[in-house]
Amino acid sequence: MKKSLFTLEHARQLTEDTYELVLSGDTSAITAPGQFVNIELPGKFLRRPISICNWTEDALMLLVKVVGEGTKELVRCVPGTELDVLSGLGNGFDMSLAGEHPILAGGGIGIAPLYGLARRMLERGQNPTIALGFRTGKDAFYLEEFAALGCRLLIATEDGSMGVKGFVTDCIKAVPECDYVLSCGPLPMLKAVHSLPQLKGGQFSFEARMGCGFGACMGCTVPIKDGYKRVCKDGPILYKEEIVW
Amino acid sequence: MVNLAVNLAGVELKNPIIPASGTFGYGREYAELYDLNILGSFSWKGTTGEARLGNPQPRIAEMTGGMLNAVGLQNPGIDAVITNEVPNIAKIFQGPVIANVGGFSLEEYAENCRKLNDVEQVKILEVNISCPNVHAGGKNFGCDPKAAAEVTKAVKAATSKPVFMKLTPNVTDIAEIAKACEDAGADGVCLINTLLGMRIDLKSRKPVIANRTGGVSGPAVFPVALRMVWDVYEAVKIPIIGCGGVSSAEDAIEMMLAGAAAVEVGAANLKDPYACKTIVENLPGVCEKLGVTDISELTGGAHHG
Ligand SMILES: Cc1cc2nc3c(=O)[nH]c(=O)nc-3n(C[C@H](O)[C@H](O)[C@H](O)COP(=O)(O)OP(=O)(O)OC[C@H]3O[C@@H](n4cnc5c(N)ncnc54)[C@H](O)[C@@H]3O)c2cc1C
Ligand SMILES: Cc1cc2nc3c(=O)[nH]c(=O)nc-3n(C[C@H](O)[C@H](O)[C@H](O)COP(=O)(O)O)c2cc1C
Ligand code: FES
Repeated sequence: MKKSLFTLEHARQLTEDTYELVLSGDTSAITAPGQFVNIELPGKFLRRPISICNWTEDALMLLVKVVGEGTKELVRCVPGTELDVLSGLGNGFDMSLAGEHPILAGGGIGIAPLYGLARRMLERGQNPTIALGFRTGKDAFYLEEFAALGCRLLIATEDGSMGVKGFVTDCIKAVPECDYVLSCGPLPMLKAVHSLPQLKGGQFSFEARMGCGFGACMGCTVPIKDGYKRVCKDGPILYKEEIVW
Repeated sequence: MVNLAVNLAGVELKNPIIPASGTFGYGREYAELYDLNILGSFSWKGTTGEARLGNPQPRIAEMTGGMLNAVGLQNPGIDAVITNEVPNIAKIFQGPVIANVGGFSLEEYAENCRKLNDVEQVKILEVNISCPNVHAGGKNFGCDPKAAAEVTKAVKAATSKPVFMKLTPNVTDIAEIAKACEDAGADGVCLINTLLGMRIDLKSRKPVIANRTGGVSGPAVFPVALRMVWDVYEAVKIPIIGCGGVSSAEDAIEMMLAGAAAVEVGAANLKDPYACKTIVENLPGVCEKLGVTDISELTGGAHHG
């Protein structure tokens, strides 16, 4: 973990409530896709945890959905704004366990960490299939960016206005050869993905309300098969076999 | 040169700054960030006889100027702490350690303290009689002067180390509880623990915290804590560890002027993991500006003259 200042370079609106933010700063503490940052905002006591969508040596990309005051304030920052950031938090995805043809399954804002994950898997010579779920076509975002990676890309919307009508689980069922999943999204989605019999293994990114984000307060712990884990430090990625719902 | 050293019931601290229990774990996470030896001491996570998994999620809520928590005393239990954490603490911190202990019966408090007798680094026992989050199927020891005195006696009989009773602010007269602890043999008191509070989610119309209520801490409670330290200083002669909302060197000094011999810093560590280090580094400069050469002279300074 590192605490440092990042400068907002630009913010781009992607949908009615979702934004892409690019920040510049020292990303040396980030070691794996699926990790997150914890951002201090003026007037807010607790920091806001946001997944790392992608990063380079000196730039950090985030996708942020406005759900309350903090996220609203974050996307409203003007270029040049300095933000106090704890970076490189959490365990991140372990790509080495995912095999050659894993499926990355994301829902809504949960697609964010899958972008950086897919890029790094491609660099490693893995060939992921990407399945993204949204409520409607109007909510979909980052499709061009994902398409540009050249992976097989499957889209599902609940109302069928884009891609197949249904859920991200329907996309996964359509590719039965994929038996390892890396997944991020709302809890009901994670649960549905977790229950698919075709999956031999998988990694799931969890959320929790956090006090610190770096393992000190026990605010975020969840029970697992034999004990508990801190979502912020031992997670946010939990493994298929250890998860209890 | 400012002398930052303070004395807590015979235990010398090189400065008055102590991370508060529950916000510093057993030191591991912070030791990755800075050398803990800059600290006067640290108070480890409230430790009980058995391992505890704590409360259901969510456990955390936000508020203006602070936070609420209902962690529910999650900890690995006293035996696991002695086996797994104490040897690691020896590697990361060479100063005096404050062991925060919880309990749900007089016997458990006493037994937990007895088990720490042979742990050399532990120089002070901080006995948490004020857990507002935990359903113990009984009353809260810290809310009744008699019960507080009974815990004090039970613990004193089990240990030769200095005992500081950690008091809950959720009482009508905290000075009365402090006095009862002093009369029962406590070597000091530590206050305040968190204030009982709650938040409700507007959309779901349900409490944000699964446990319904949580403990309020952070900058918003500072004036409340300060007032209580003031009242307790007027009532007892034993040293006071002041705690609640401290987030700067100036806050720490104000807490000492109200009567604190040393100062604990809690929620501020969660927002800024370097908070305690920064406070220690800023103390000499702030003291110099105020013409203070020996920080321990500040204790109770607002009461005289
Ligand atoms: C590991 C992790 C990764 C995340 N990644 C992203 C991401 O990439 N993009 C994105 O838009 N959002 C992400 N979130 C969710 C994001 O943290 C919340 O939407 C945000 O904290 C809400 O803040 P607010 O002030 O707008 O909302 P409010 O509801 O006003 O927040 C009140 C309090 O609740 C907390 N809170 C509210 N919702 C959540 C939540 N879902 N998870 C954790 N804490 C919450 C806030 O941090 C704050 O302390 C992530 C959460 C976690 C835990
Ligand atoms: C997440 C969290 C966990 C805590 N756990 C304990 C605990 O285990 N034992 C205890 O005596 N106090 C515990 N406390 C209380 C603090 O030690 C402190 O008394 C209180 O938070 C007020 O100080 P602050 O405003 O600086 O945080 C906890 C506080 C927080 C925020
Ligand atoms: S949020 Fe503090 S331990 Fe995870």
